[in-house]
Amino acid sequence: MSSDAETGAEEAAATEPADNPDREAKAERIRELLTTEGDAVAENTRGFNEGRYESTGRLDGYEELKDEARAIKEDAIERLPDLIDEVRASVEANGGTVYLADDAADANRYIREVAAERDAERAVKSKSMTSEEIEVNDALEADGVDVVETDLGEWVLQLADEEPSHIVAPAIHKSREGIAELFAERFDPEDPPETAEELTMFARERLGELIEDADLGMTGANFIAADSGTMLLVTSEGNARKTVTATDTHVAVAGVEKLVPTVEEFSPFVELIGRSGTGQDVTSYISTLTPPVDSPVPDFEAADEPLADGSESDREFHLVLIDNGRMAMRDDEELKETLYCIRCSACSNACGNFQSVGGHAFGGETYSGGIATGWEAGIEGLDTAAEFNDLCTGCSRCVPACPVGIDIPWINTAVRDRINRGEAEPGQTDWMFEELVPDEEPGGLDLATRLVGNYATLAEWGHKTAPVANRLANAGPVRALAERVAGIDRRRELPEFARESLVEWFDARGGPAVPADEATREAVVYPDTATNYVDVGRGKATVRALEALGVRVRVPDLPGSGRPPLSQGMIATAEAAAEDLYAGLAPHLDAGRDVVAIEPSDLATFRREYERFLPAASYERLADASYDVMEYAFGLLENGADPAALRAPSEGTGPVASGQRIAYHPHCQARTVGVSEYATATLERLGYDVRVSDTECCGMAGSFGYKTDYYELSVDVGEPLVEQFGDTDRTVVAPGTSCTEQLDALLDAAPRHPIEVVAPRE
Amino acid sequence: MSLADTSTFAGRLDDLGVAVSTGPPAECAAMVEAAAGEPAVGVPLARSGPAAFADSPAALPDRVETAPTTADLRAAHTGVTAASLGVAEYGSVALEADAAGTEPVSLFVDRHVVVLREADLVPDMPDAFDWLGPRARDESVDVVFATGPSATADMGGLVHGAHGPKEVHVILLRGEDAADGSDAAVDAEDDQ
Ligand code: SF4
Repeated sequence: MSSDAETGAEEAAATEPADNPDREAKAERIRELLTTEGDAVAENTRGFNEGRYESTGRLDGYEELKDEARAIKEDAIERLPDLIDEVRASVEANGGTVYLADDAADANRYIREVAAERDAERAVKSKSMTSEEIEVNDALEADGVDVVETDLGEWVLQLADEEPSHIVAPAIHKSREGIAELFAERFDPEDPPETAEELTMFARERLGELIEDADLGMTGANFIAADSGTMLLVTSEGNARKTVTATDTHVAVAGVEKLVPTVEEFSPFVELIGRSGTGQDVTSYISTLTPPVDSPVPDFEAADEPLADGSESDREFHLVLIDNGRMAMRDDEELKETLYCIRCSACSNACGNFQSVGGHAFGGETYSGGIATGWEAGIEGLDTAAEFNDLCTGCSRCVPACPVGIDIPWINTAVRDRINRGEAEPGQTDWMFEELVPDEEPGGLDLATRLVGNYATLAEWGHKTAPVANRLANAGPVRALAERVAGIDRRRELPEFARESLVEWFDARGGPAVPADEATREAVVYPDTATNYVDVGRGKATVRALEALGVRVRVPDLPGSGRPPLSQGMIATAEAAAEDLYAGLAPHLDAGRDVVAIEPSDLATFRREYERFLPAASYERLADASYDVMEYAFGLLENGADPAALRAPSEGTGPVASGQRIAYHPHCQARTVGVSEYATATLERLGYDVRVSDTECCGMAGSFGYKTDYYELSVDVGEPLVEQFGDTDRTVVAPGTSCTEQLDALLDAAPRHPIEVVAPRE
Repeated sequence: MSLADTSTFAGRLDDLGVAVSTGPPAECAAMVEAAAGEPAVGVPLARSGPAAFADSPAALPDRVETAPTTADLRAAHTGVTAASLGVAEYGSVALEADAAGTEPVSLFVDRHVVVLREADLVPDMPDAFDWLGPRARDESVDVVFATGPSATADMGGLVHGAHGPKEVHVILLRGEDAADGSDAAVDAEDDQ
């Protein structure tokens, strides 16, 4: 072979991933954000998130307050058309005007007219995502109106010509040093401000002057009461107060979904919004304005006039209510809940991926974080939503964080499903894989999506053909092909398939070991795909532990739960799986048997998503009868089972001498459905010393880390786990398969399922 | 108003770094005198708070300019206004954006001195909004619930006084018939 030919081959190898330029560009963008903005975003969002836990923890009746808030939004969205009529009447009775704008262009046209009528030369704005949504700054500037953001963070971004990266704290991706440099560059001050205090005072002064001679004040509105036309504005800085007070013309821009029936209904939101967002019990200023407001307009040009001369001020007020797709969202079963969102940002702060790369990776045109998918899909359309929808791994940690109880991962799943269907074009290379992807989805769906979504079939095939499959799976050329065609990252070790599945092992040893007449209870151990075909050890441990506690156990052959296709937005496939699995479980439920899940994401599927797939009675029946294995063990002990039947620390549990000391990483979805603490309780009851990690997500939910675009991000999300457990000499346990793989890769710890620690030895 | 509310309110203000002076209405002027910096502008009590202030012996000291020009406002260090309501659980005071200028006087200054009657304390937010609702509907009031000083964390650390006051001082007036109404417990430390 000539040397020329060799060079050619190398070049071909080097350009391998180029057949998917979009994917490469996205991966590149994520890597860049990880290095440039990741640290500042991580520090801030994690701080906010901790603040949320502390602040909501101090609040009596937090859950009741959330329910109340949710009920108010449900009712308000239901009655929206009436509330719009009502608010128009009440604002007009107060002397203001209401304009209902169909879309951004319509809203901007109206606002430009107002500015022109008042001969406005400068408009000052208090941060408002809705005005970002319609891009009113550009519209006003085109008419020669100088537009100034008065929220300090927003002003910094305006100077830097950047987009917000967070709903409530738009500039968290910028460091103090970065802001100092920006000010020095833009204003060339004699004594450049450096400390946070100096920077704040510098901004206060500059902005103070600009506000003083502004003509038009623009704000958003957090809520608007239809009965009185009162709007609620929440700020800490006081910029909304100044914006309204210093100018004689007030234009408030708000989405129609901000309406609630009465002023009294503001109350739960006031208590929830600051706590949910940044962990403040309440923000410094909660303005409840029924404009036009009564304050005299300070005339800084005629400064020697009395401030309040007793004459009526000629204040003007315009409420611009924006539809821009919202009324259609209201009629859309899946997107409707997005309208309940109060823009508190708790979901972003709780999100592992957001904590690592922030809103610039997540964001669509305007909104960012998990809930942005719903907003962008409704307001901008599917294309915009598709750009970042992937970043939701379905870990579900945002669900308990959301003060109005929105199932954000479900909205993401539904939008993902629409994207799958919309984007499907036939003629990809997936004919090779057709047998492995027997899903219910339209042909041509992205192959990585389909492979992960059909994990149950893949794993069964791997098990049947092990060890060939195992050898093949980790062979270089196959990994390279898988990476190029399906985007499965080759740095990630693939699970090894078992030659004997859990079900086969159970049958071979002769079925249930505890006789029916001696059993305290009867249970079906659910052989989830990972346990059955890959990690059979934890399944065997589950059987041993439950039998030791007097349970008559069965391990029937059952289909997959639908969790993998669900994570890929393949709803039809997931729904079919749910029906199949329910059919398989029904005879056991009829016989009064409990269902015990080893993989927490499966239990979470039974308790959460199956509500959407099964008839109500079936869903309730299964949800009531199913348990997490550690929850089940704890319940048995509570009901009189003998703890001596389980393994206690004195016997030693692992390779380390301190086997009684455990480092436990609870699974994200187990935390969401509230079962994660049973492992701790059971382990402690047996005498183990347990240290629990508080990370929301390990970074592998939805087996995210397998996808080559997200490999680095997945590793970065797992970083806090490394910080907590990196040099521990404790035995590391984690119940989730994805977490186990992630911990294995990051810590080299080969974690075990907690049941494996407490189950009697074989 | 109950004793529990007063102590909850004072405790919350303490957490927020807000100084509190407590005394009978007759001592109001002395307490404001001690709390206000120089120069000071204000809104006469009967014009910025509840109507009950009209017959109260509570007053502001002479040095507080109560008919300020915009220039006075700009030059002022301290603004003195009454509050209509206090929310014990949160340490919030309700300021009305009225025609007398309570809003600018409490906002465009470095220190805001707030005069509040103990009788106008309510325990919690739902009480505050029950109070606000009818007034918003019938009188179109504009009310700001202010809790502690203006704050921002946008510049790389928590700083007070982003746009509004850097400091807040609450003068809490006990009921007229309070047992030891004669001794004002003035505990302002940060007067200049
Ligand atoms: S979805 Fe929920 S948590 Fe997220 S911003 Fe909206 S209200 Fe807050």
